[in-house]
Amino acid sequence: MPLLRVNNLILHFRGVTALSDVSFEVRRGSLHAVIGPNGAGKTSLLNCISGVYRPQRGSVHFDGADVTKLSPAHRTKMGVARTFQNIALFRGMTVLDNLLIGRHVHQHEGVLSGGIYYGKARAEEIAHREVVEDIIDFLEIQHIRKKVVGTLAYGLQKRVELARALALEPRLLLLDEPMAGMNAEEKEDMARFILDINEDRGTTMIMIEHDMGVVMDVSHRVTVLSFGEKIADGTPEEVQGDPAVQEAYLGQVQG
Amino acid sequence: MADILDQLQGNDTFPKLLVRNAGLHPDKVAMREKEFGIWQPFTWREYHEHVRDFAMGLVALGMQPGDKVAIIGDNRPEWVWAEVAAQAAGGASVGLYQDSNLTEVAFVIDHCDATFVVAEDQEQVDKILDMLDKLPKVRAVVFTDPRGLRKYAHEKLLSFEAVEEKGREFLEHRPGAWEEHVRNGKVSDVAIISYTSGTTGFPKGAMLSFRNLLSMALSLNQVDPKLPGDEFVSFLPLAWIGEQMMSLSSALAVGFTVNFPEQPETVMENIREIGPHVMFAPPRIWENLTSTVQVKIMDTTPFKRFMYERWMPVGRKVADLRFQKKPIPAGLAFLHRLGHWALFRALKDRLGFTHLRSASTGGAALGPDVFRFFHAMDVPLKQIYGQTEISGISCIHRNDDIQFHTVGVPIPGTEVKISETGEILSKSDAVFLGYYKNEEATTAAVSDGWLRSGDAGYLAEDGQLVVIDRVKDVMQLADGTQYSPQFIENRLKFSPFVKEAVVVGKGRPYLTAMLNIDMGVVGKWAEKNKISYTTYTDLSAKPEVYDLVQREVDLVNETLPSAASIRKFVLLYKELDADDEELTRTRKVRRGFVEERYKVVIDALYGDRGEVAIDTTIKFQDGKTTRIQTTLLVRRLRESPGKAA
Repeated sequence: MPLLRVNNLILHFRGVTALSDVSFEVRRGSLHAVIGPNGAGKTSLLNCISGVYRPQRGSVHFDGADVTKLSPAHRTKMGVARTFQNIALFRGMTVLDNLLIGRHVHQHEGVLSGGIYYGKARAEEIAHREVVEDIIDFLEIQHIRKKVVGTLAYGLQKRVELARALALEPRLLLLDEPMAGMNAEEKEDMARFILDINEDRGTTMIMIEHDMGVVMDVSHRVTVLSFGEKIADGTPEEVQGDPAVQEAYLGQVQG
Repeated sequence: MADILDQLQGNDTFPKLLVRNAGLHPDKVAMREKEFGIWQPFTWREYHEHVRDFAMGLVALGMQPGDKVAIIGDNRPEWVWAEVAAQAAGGASVGLYQDSNLTEVAFVIDHCDATFVVAEDQEQVDKILDMLDKLPKVRAVVFTDPRGLRKYAHEKLLSFEAVEEKGREFLEHRPGAWEEHVRNGKVSDVAIISYTSGTTGFPKGAMLSFRNLLSMALSLNQVDPKLPGDEFVSFLPLAWIGEQMMSLSSALAVGFTVNFPEQPETVMENIREIGPHVMFAPPRIWENLTSTVQVKIMDTTPFKRFMYERWMPVGRKVADLRFQKKPIPAGLAFLHRLGHWALFRALKDRLGFTHLRSASTGGAALGPDVFRFFHAMDVPLKQIYGQTEISGISCIHRNDDIQFHTVGVPIPGTEVKISETGEILSKSDAVFLGYYKNEEATTAAVSDGWLRSGDAGYLAEDGQLVVIDRVKDVMQLADGTQYSPQFIENRLKFSPFVKEAVVVGKGRPYLTAMLNIDMGVVGKWAEKNKISYTTYTDLSAKPEVYDLVQREVDLVNETLPSAASIRKFVLLYKELDADDEELTRTRKVRRGFVEERYKVVIDALYGDRGEVAIDTTIKFQDGKTTRIQTTLLVRRLRESPGKAA
């Protein structure tokens, strides 16, 4: 059974059709890329999966359960985490605090016991800190652990956002252009982290990305959208050779 | 003759010392590594267990006595365990710099005949695996950090834990094997092969025995004591002899605690958390710390800045008196005491230097201002001098005798003399066994037990060694007096007013200098002293500026032998510039070119007239040219008694 199945998704805003009849599957443990020209509906698709948008028709199945009607918060609890195209972190808080907030779905003790910080609440906090430190180590951000997010360089903030998403210990991680605006070296680092997360932690991932080199290098499967329609789906090699994909990217071949 | 190693009571190899320490105080912390935000301790017992298991694992994998184990990675406990384990298994360890590229890594691994490679992480493993086809002697590659390596399926690749596991299995079948191996180690065995980066050609591997390394550590300890309760932060490459001396030889012989930072980026933060008693770093680290403090003071609150500016001069004054070995007046001593509570204590805490007792710099010259800065706040920074081939150190400043222009006096058991050609020679138990597989280079480096340093220098009257320059960069005056232009130029440039300096004198009767003033600093000074000026050329020609710079040159002359002191100087009318090809892009003076270009000036420096008329054109970056017509003054200096050579 695939971890995620999207069936005949239709989404439109008034007259504009964002997604028309999109279906695809994401296998467990795979690194799945979604590509397409600007306005193809990639972020809309991600928003339908995370629950921000509710599609007019079709369904989203996560781990066998129909989650189409569930709220984003509910889906987060089930194990869906995401990062945003424009960084969404608490800019005035430290990296560590941002990550600890990412643990909120796993938090059980209340405000009162947490305030007293004794017994179970204390043990819980220590356990959360351990998980967070493990992620800090994994993403090599030890040196900025106590820095305020707003003071960090853009590339680092992106990495912190990824860390925040990982703090949820998600089963499905949605990455919206994780490498946008990065230089070549930062991209290379980020690609390595994404691969490591997938391989070492076994997290299933859906990644929207524009950099074709990265997509072809790291992903197991690729889904191509164009004007809200799925035009191809397969391994990177299959997709690359697909005439419809070439047309969508390069325009119609005359002749 | 009493052997300095006698005090080790037969524990004369690293593995034997480890066993001794683990026996004496098994639960004392031997190492710490910051991981997951916490300082994770390792006791001597754990240190011993890791080394034992890994060593036996290597033996189980077929390691033979005399085999070499190459180690590459950042400073981690596993690096040290692997080294001592290799030695316990009867072999030697070869450290590689973690930032070496593929060819360098492959060259050293191949040249030292390493049969095992211990690599920290994916980055290092990738380097080795890429070159493995060309490294047939390598039997196994051991990694310590599995991150990203899960999918690597290479028959020669295995984890540190897997080797330790094999070691434990091996010990079950062969109990007593560990003790036997440790017992078999001899003081004369090659402990490490330290590859030195040759400026020309391939690196050479200096073979150092336990006797070399331990005699050096113990001799140094006599004049710069380390105590069992001390803390040390290991952050310089472990492949470097200086770090080997601290984190291995000294730590094992003395038994102090070695701390490994979380990441290279967190070193300064981690130093503050540990508050080390002992610190050893190259000049650039001390310089960085100084400028960081100065920059931060500019940005801080007015009150803090006031305190800094009020108390720092007191510290400097006390430091200067101490350097000159003059008594400190009671009033000043009292003020300095106040300064400790008002400023120095807090400043030291910020840097993590509260407990710092032994601080040293080595590898290159460090400016007097930096020395003064640290001594002002009672951080006893000392210069050390030595080569890899003498296990790191031959000379060090003594606490009560610190001079900026010297590198101190020889450590006990070390003799230093100057050869007829002016080269520094040294002799001690720490002089290496030779270069691995390079008899020719060994013969060239050592004769009669005296190690040739390749450095030119002289011994001052009080026995302090002064290093001038590399022998090949030393030049001669017409009468054969040797001098190093670079040495003198650097001394001149220590002055804030002097930006660039060119010392001339090759084949001439005496030394002269062409100097560039630092427009920013001298301009500020001129404003403060109500001296008006228009351009760089104008400012450089002011008699007051000449007087100012002359005082600086006089100070430098005082530290030079009188035969090799500067007799005349001029302040050039323009700054030397890389665009005019006068400097290289890394801001080194292109001597030949400059001497040709300023021939008129140099002729004047060696003539009788006190000035020279200049008529020249300068080309700007955008191609425009401008004509400069000026008269350049030649300043003659009184002949200072200087120092006897």
